[in-house]
Amino acid sequence: MIDGQAPAAPEEHPRTDRPPVRRSAGPPIRPSALDRLRASRRLRTLVGAALPVGWVTLLLLLPYLFLFAHSFFRLRNGQLTHELTLENYGRLFGTALYPQTILFSAGIALRVTLASLLLAYPLAYLLAFKVKRHRNLLYMAVIIPLWVSYLVRAYAWKIILGQEGILNGFLMSIGLIHEPLTVLLYSKWAVMLALIHIYTPFTLMPIYAVLEAIPVSFKEASQDLYAGRWATFRNVVLPLSLPGVIAGCTFAFVLSMGDFIAPTLLGGNDSALMVSNLVVSLFGVAFNWPLGAAVSVVMLAMTLVLLTLARGIEDRMNYGGQADGRTGGPGATVGRGSLHA
Amino acid sequence: MTTPSLRPVEAPPSAGPPARRPDRLTTGLWATGIAVFLFIYLPLGVVVLYAFHDANIVAWPFRPFTFRWFRALAADRALLDSAVASLKLAILATFIALGVGVPGAFVLDRLQFPGKAAFERLVLLPLILPGVITGVALLTFFSFIGVSLSSGFPLVPGWPVVLGHGAALTSVVVTQVYARLRRFDRVLEEASQDLYANEWLTFWHVTLPVIRSAILGSALLVFTLSLDEIAVTFFLIGRQNTLPLQIWGLLRRGITPEVNAAATIIFALSVCVIVLWARLMRTTD
Amino acid sequence: MTQPILQLRNLTKRFGPGVAAVDDVSLDVAAGEFLTLLGASGSGKTTTLRMIAGFEHPSNGEILMDGQPLTQLPPFKRELNTVFQQYALFPHMSVRDNVGYGLRMRKAARAEIAERVGQALDMVQLGHLGDRAPRQLSGGQQQRVALARALVNRPRVLLLDEPLGALDLKLRKEMQLELKHLNRQLGITFLYVTHDQEEALTMSDRIALMRNGRIEQLSGPREMYEQPISRYVADFIGETNLLSGVVEEMGGPADGRTGGPAVQRVRIRVEGVSLEGAASRPVRAGEKAWLAIRPEHIQLAEPQAGPNRLSVTVRDVVFTGVVTRVHTTLADGSPLVIHWPSEQSPPELGATITVCLSPERVRCLGD
Repeated sequence: MIDGQAPAAPEEHPRTDRPPVRRSAGPPIRPSALDRLRASRRLRTLVGAALPVGWVTLLLLLPYLFLFAHSFFRLRNGQLTHELTLENYGRLFGTALYPQTILFSAGIALRVTLASLLLAYPLAYLLAFKVKRHRNLLYMAVIIPLWVSYLVRAYAWKIILGQEGILNGFLMSIGLIHEPLTVLLYSKWAVMLALIHIYTPFTLMPIYAVLEAIPVSFKEASQDLYAGRWATFRNVVLPLSLPGVIAGCTFAFVLSMGDFIAPTLLGGNDSALMVSNLVVSLFGVAFNWPLGAAVSVVMLAMTLVLLTLARGIEDRMNYGGQADGRTGGPGATVGRGSLHA
Repeated sequence: MTTPSLRPVEAPPSAGPPARRPDRLTTGLWATGIAVFLFIYLPLGVVVLYAFHDANIVAWPFRPFTFRWFRALAADRALLDSAVASLKLAILATFIALGVGVPGAFVLDRLQFPGKAAFERLVLLPLILPGVITGVALLTFFSFIGVSLSSGFPLVPGWPVVLGHGAALTSVVVTQVYARLRRFDRVLEEASQDLYANEWLTFWHVTLPVIRSAILGSALLVFTLSLDEIAVTFFLIGRQNTLPLQIWGLLRRGITPEVNAAATIIFALSVCVIVLWARLMRTTD
Repeated sequence: MTQPILQLRNLTKRFGPGVAAVDDVSLDVAAGEFLTLLGASGSGKTTTLRMIAGFEHPSNGEILMDGQPLTQLPPFKRELNTVFQQYALFPHMSVRDNVGYGLRMRKAARAEIAERVGQALDMVQLGHLGDRAPRQLSGGQQQRVALARALVNRPRVLLLDEPLGALDLKLRKEMQLELKHLNRQLGITFLYVTHDQEEALTMSDRIALMRNGRIEQLSGPREMYEQPISRYVADFIGETNLLSGVVEEMGGPADGRTGGPAVQRVRIRVEGVSLEGAASRPVRAGEKAWLAIRPEHIQLAEPQAGPNRLSVTVRDVVFTGVVTRVHTTLADGSPLVIHWPSEQSPPELGATITVCLSPERVRCLGD
């Protein structure tokens, strides 16, 4: 039919033994039952969402709910019963040890976060604006340790800071000290140092992602309008990078507060003062699951509040597009950050 | 000074704007950046270096060079068993995370239903939450429904730990694939359907090729993260230790360069995987 | 054979409960025709096209092809192909594979695919670039690949969604002619969506001007230009002076220009001056109305008496090459633009001149 109407068609073709693929004015194509189903958006949603939603419900939602439930269970003669009680929370908030531990951990986490930020921001800035060649390579180099054995990184500090460790040996060999320093390892300082080391790349990732998305023209416009470099940084770059800063800091704080490996390896007696180690010992040594669950729930609640706050601030600071941080809070920012490699 | 004569003559400082010179601010920035870089890498360097340390204690000064710690590693039966267990665990966790995470990313990208926001937050939660919490949550869950932590052993290190890794690391696949899907122009799918390809053919020929690298990349990430995981594993492990837990046990007893050798191997493998991942990400961007 | 190839019947699309994006549109497309859906963004033209292609499901109404309902068919079972706005070329396939995609999906023989892809690429003068990746091509070349990818399937109807929007002006003009040429040569029905009225006028056999989800006017380009049925159409198509006034009296059927809808003589009072024109719809005396006149239909009035004289003050004179645009204002400040013949010397700034609005060109329009 087309050929008939268009004798001059340049795409006229010699017949092959197969009939040409074309359903011209043949019998009309009738919609199949499947085609009708396709039109139903609801059905597609149901089928598509079933597996992921079911999985998440079963293996994430339920476990978190079970943890919550356990925090109300009663421990009788060392046996877990399913009687509900508030006494775990009573003990948690009634004994000075537990709130103190939480505050102590939060203090450590806060200092770790600030230090990580102070280390990460200049490096992120350098990578985003000053490094011209091999920028991606360098960025990769900075975040590679993130994906490289956590244990190795914590362990590194153990062999460096130990009493017979490398730092002491080095300092003695150059004659700076004569006795090995014992304060280096097994203290909260060692824990903090290791945590800063571990979480600096973490903090850097979202900051870099946001800085990198700032168009150079913004800086140029600011300088064109008589702002010096410092004023440009303070008035343009810094405000635009805050969503990344908040995402990175939230991350560093939450994860360093919940860390129990670095404290166990490096903290010595101080490690008992970290809340995550408390959870570990309540679950693993004392077998007081209900109390351990209660402490975990408090940690979980603090984390969620913090994440919600951070997300709220991030949303408020999102100035439409160029630093699109609002895809799901810090998690997504970091997910995106890692994609920037 | 032997300045090459081809260099343009610098304008005298009085005439016109002075030429830019590296100022103190930039210098300071570079110095800080390099210092931070060293701070990140120096400890790792020390670990790797001392894997070749020719003495029984890790101490100053470094004594070069020996491979005997690597040989000792190869003879350590328990360590090898734990490495095998870790590999099995990581492979299974990767498949589970992909199986759930890829559809999960599509759900986030394409479907609208009540509770979607909650689903999104929940699936990403293990990424943000300290591993301890996810670990004890899964522990209470499995013990409540009565699944033994050693079930499935010796086929797998234990079903709870496999499922736990799968659940916790699904979030990695979801974020990576979702990020790619958001940049994927769905008009390509429409074009494919317009050209007589049904949904499956369209997925196979158009959607999958575009997101393939994100899927492979996230698989690599899940694999390395699972190999390295401690917090969740710590609570869910049954009879058979994983590699990190085995090493952790060694660490708590005392330090020999054998641990450095193990760490070096892990480090090298991780770097290889990550570099592979980065290449995957780059080729499609 | 007068069976339309494509029929839209009361087609309606609602996204959510609010206003309809497409509102009760009915339209017959004749085989081989070049029909353009023209409209501002949000007028529903693209949604209409997407419903025809099968990417949107109508909330109401029906789409027929050769008299057979199409509405329940998924896109991949419809005998039509689309050229997408940003081309939508598959980035991971070569040009050749892009063009051959539809044939592969319909399981054509390899030899046939190779041959037809070759012919299609030759047709758009890209035979030598088959092995390139789409992103290695210029915008104009990508556009041609998209065209070849659709045409190689010999669709009954080709849908084009603003296909030239991303090209620069010169290339766009070239492609407009080329598309028109292909339409005639291949005999394939073209359904073209654009917001560019000039493009629509250049290429179309008929234009459906859409506004708020409805077809405001459906007619040939010349008729739409010369006999717009509403202020909106007059304003959208070409350049028009619009003056608000009041209908004074109705006259008999107009002489002169005919061929469109029945035209009536009408007098309309603008700024205290009674002007003569034509109305294509019934109006009543005392009704508010718009007077529309194209800038090229206003001349400097004869010194003596004449019809439709209007006194205006010259505010600005702009030379644009083909014509000189003279911006003037009426006594109340409403603007009136006049196209001054280039061979005449333009008036002085600030001068008050008397102009004549050709009575057979003055249109009296509703909103």
